[in-house]
Amino acid sequence: MKKSKQFWPFMIAAVVVYAVVQLLISNGMMNQFYSNTLIFIAINIILAVSLHLVIGITGQFSIGHAGFLAVGAYISAILTMKLHLPFIVAILVGGIVAALAGLIVGIPSLRLKGDYLAIATLGFAEIIRIVFLNIDAVGGAAGMQVSHLTTWTYAFVCLVITLIVIVNFTNSRHGIASISVRENEIAADAMGINTTYYKVIAFAIGSFFAGVAGALYSHNFYIIQPSQFGFLKSFDILIFVVLGGLGSLSGAVLSAILLTVVSTYLQGYPETRMIIYSLVLILVMLYRPKGLMGTMEITDYFKLWRTPKGGGQHGK
Amino acid sequence: MEWIQQLINGISLGSIYALIALGYTMVYGIIKLINFAHGDVFMVGSFIGFYSITVFGLGFFPALIISMTACALFGVIIERIAYKRLRNATRIAALITAIGVSLLIEYGVIYIRGAQPEAYPDVFSNRSFEIFGAQISSQSILILSVSIVLMILLQFIVHKTKTGKAMRAVSHDTEAAKLMGINVDNTISATFAIGSALAGAAGVIFGVYYTKIDPLMGVIPGVKAFVAAVLGGIGIIPGAMVGGLVLGVVETIVSALGFSLWRDAAAFIILILILIFRPSGIFGKNTREKV
Amino acid sequence: MENKPLLEVKNAGIQFGGLKAVSNLNLVLNKGELVGLIGPNGAGKTTSFNLLTGVYVPTEGDILFNGERINGLQPFKVTRKGISRTFQNIRLFNELSVLDNVKVAYHSLAKHSIMSSVLRLPSHFKGEQEMEQKSIEFLKIFKLDIYKDELAKNLPYGQQRRLEIARALAAGPKLLLLDEPAAGMNPQETKDLMDLIAFIRNKFDLTILLIEHDMNLVMGVCERIYVLDHGQLLAEGSPEEIRNHPKVIEAYLGEEVHDVNA
Repeated sequence: MKKSKQFWPFMIAAVVVYAVVQLLISNGMMNQFYSNTLIFIAINIILAVSLHLVIGITGQFSIGHAGFLAVGAYISAILTMKLHLPFIVAILVGGIVAALAGLIVGIPSLRLKGDYLAIATLGFAEIIRIVFLNIDAVGGAAGMQVSHLTTWTYAFVCLVITLIVIVNFTNSRHGIASISVRENEIAADAMGINTTYYKVIAFAIGSFFAGVAGALYSHNFYIIQPSQFGFLKSFDILIFVVLGGLGSLSGAVLSAILLTVVSTYLQGYPETRMIIYSLVLILVMLYRPKGLMGTMEITDYFKLWRTPKGGGQHGK
Repeated sequence: MEWIQQLINGISLGSIYALIALGYTMVYGIIKLINFAHGDVFMVGSFIGFYSITVFGLGFFPALIISMTACALFGVIIERIAYKRLRNATRIAALITAIGVSLLIEYGVIYIRGAQPEAYPDVFSNRSFEIFGAQISSQSILILSVSIVLMILLQFIVHKTKTGKAMRAVSHDTEAAKLMGINVDNTISATFAIGSALAGAAGVIFGVYYTKIDPLMGVIPGVKAFVAAVLGGIGIIPGAMVGGLVLGVVETIVSALGFSLWRDAAAFIILILILIFRPSGIFGKNTREKV
Repeated sequence: MENKPLLEVKNAGIQFGGLKAVSNLNLVLNKGELVGLIGPNGAGKTTSFNLLTGVYVPTEGDILFNGERINGLQPFKVTRKGISRTFQNIRLFNELSVLDNVKVAYHSLAKHSIMSSVLRLPSHFKGEQEMEQKSIEFLKIFKLDIYKDELAKNLPYGQQRRLEIARALAAGPKLLLLDEPAAGMNPQETKDLMDLIAFIRNKFDLTILLIEHDMNLVMGVCERIYVLDHGQLLAEGSPEEIRNHPKVIEAYLGEEVHDVNA
């Protein structure tokens, strides 16, 4: 079948990308600046793709994704720093707790639609941030020290798993059901789809991977603070998804790569970066409201097969 | 007696929220857009007031009027440039554009003048009055009276003038209003002008009352004012006033009880409870999607 | 067993605020019948459909399907019980292919879990393949298989209506509710639609309830007709009886006389 046909080229490409980068890093041919940028790209792709499942596939307009990133970041940091558990356990638990947070947020708020859902998720994300701000054990506003444990290997493996899970979910009856909710919720309901179930499931899976990204994120810094997880972080992730094209996985991946590179180079000029970001956002919405790629996938351009479901992307 | 004082503080804060919330609610009522940039218009208004007072040496009232006028103009420019094309776009596209405009204003201001905060000059000798044993500052009284005057003025405009009638007609049914010969574009611009002028006024009042202003000051009051608008029933003008006051008082009470770090969370918890249990707000009517 | 009605609506009604949109609705549909539901604009026809399909929960009365109470069930559960519908304003999944539109209807018949799909277990491939095959066979019945990879929004209007009916049938209903299927169609398309209705009725052993404004179509295909006006049942009877019913003529007079004559 077409799905398995795509799977092996994807895996081979992934292994090659991984091996080349790992080789360059261990040979010392790639300095820390570049390897760090690659790790950042991987984390941002995970965030972009996880939000793509919620907004692009299921059509639920959540703009509080940074809240789940924060949950993953803090929970995993507590696990490694306070409980001295292995990083891999911390990543998993960070994801699971973020997914639970996703359920707690999603079950009441996913009854809302459009703008209202957006504001509710923004509000929830802010509440999550304020909760961490008020827990002394994680350092409050001053933040929490975290060891640097994230490596290219961890980041890349998590990225590949994220892509496989989300692509496999999308290319199944569950994915089609989720898209039907996006396309017309009333008709989906009338066709026997349990719309609430799929909205909540997509939200929980999206939150899980945001949590995984959070674990990688916090262990890539030496300190995490609640202020890193505010509105702006949520908007950053939202921009990946919107810019790439709502409903396009490869679009989300590409824009995550592009914008991470751009913001790495503009690191010294945060205002310029934000001005460019916001102008791009406004111009894209005014002149190409479906995003750069719409619901198209990169594979569609190569005419490999034509239905709008991606799978051929990798994290480079 | 401390409670009366807290109540006055809450009402002062609440009336600032209410002034901002009015703009949100009017714009939402007429084009169904959550104008995220509204909080930033408030910020710009505050800075215009600040420069009017410090650079041009004007008094409070001239500064207030200049700020309101400039913000009205600014609001119309935003609407004409960014939002006008979005009338038939999806709600998501409109919301994202609004987020973009908001970020652009914030970081544009930072780019132009830097991120450092400013201390608002003292424009009034701050006397205190004692009422029922509570210390009431003259500034509180000023805020309240300016807010009340503006709200009465708004009610007058909305209900007694031609523009106000056109605004109500367009928000009720844009197409029908157009057929009746109402200039919809101008009416929408007028709505932005009035809403933005109120935000500008709120900005100056905020500066005088809280004394510290900075380019990101609009974010939190902006979101809170939106909460106030939703609380009162979005699209409903008296709802925004009541919602603002309720929110201000609740926040002050939460702070007074010793949970000041949770103050911001209180607003969001109210928002979420309202959205889940009564999404149409205190004064709103339930509407459902037509199948 | 055979004489038990498929659908029985007993004194059902709904109130929005103070407004009674539909009240005292009594309908009986026997297996295999093709029944029309007509009435002037705003009479409560679509609201009645929404009551039957769980979009609205009736504030009074009962709805029995196969003798089982279904009022209060969510729409997707009503569909799974065997009632499916089309919409007055077509509601296709525009950005999905024609094939995937039908697959959505087969969704609840497939059983493979999310886990099996994510891990690509054999049950996933088996389940997906079954869905695909069934959906293609289904499209063939409706002569829509030539469009199978086309996005639904790109179909011509008449074919969109056809696809919506096909999709509703793919969910495997015993009772099909059609909400103004001929709306916006020219006479030729309407005639094709009448043929299609006759065809699916035989092919799928269906009971059909039909809302329609086109009197030709209603009088031509329906065996029995219910007339609604102001949210109340006005009359019930054969097309001939309805045509000559004084109250019906009164309700329609000045509004849609041209349809009756047509």
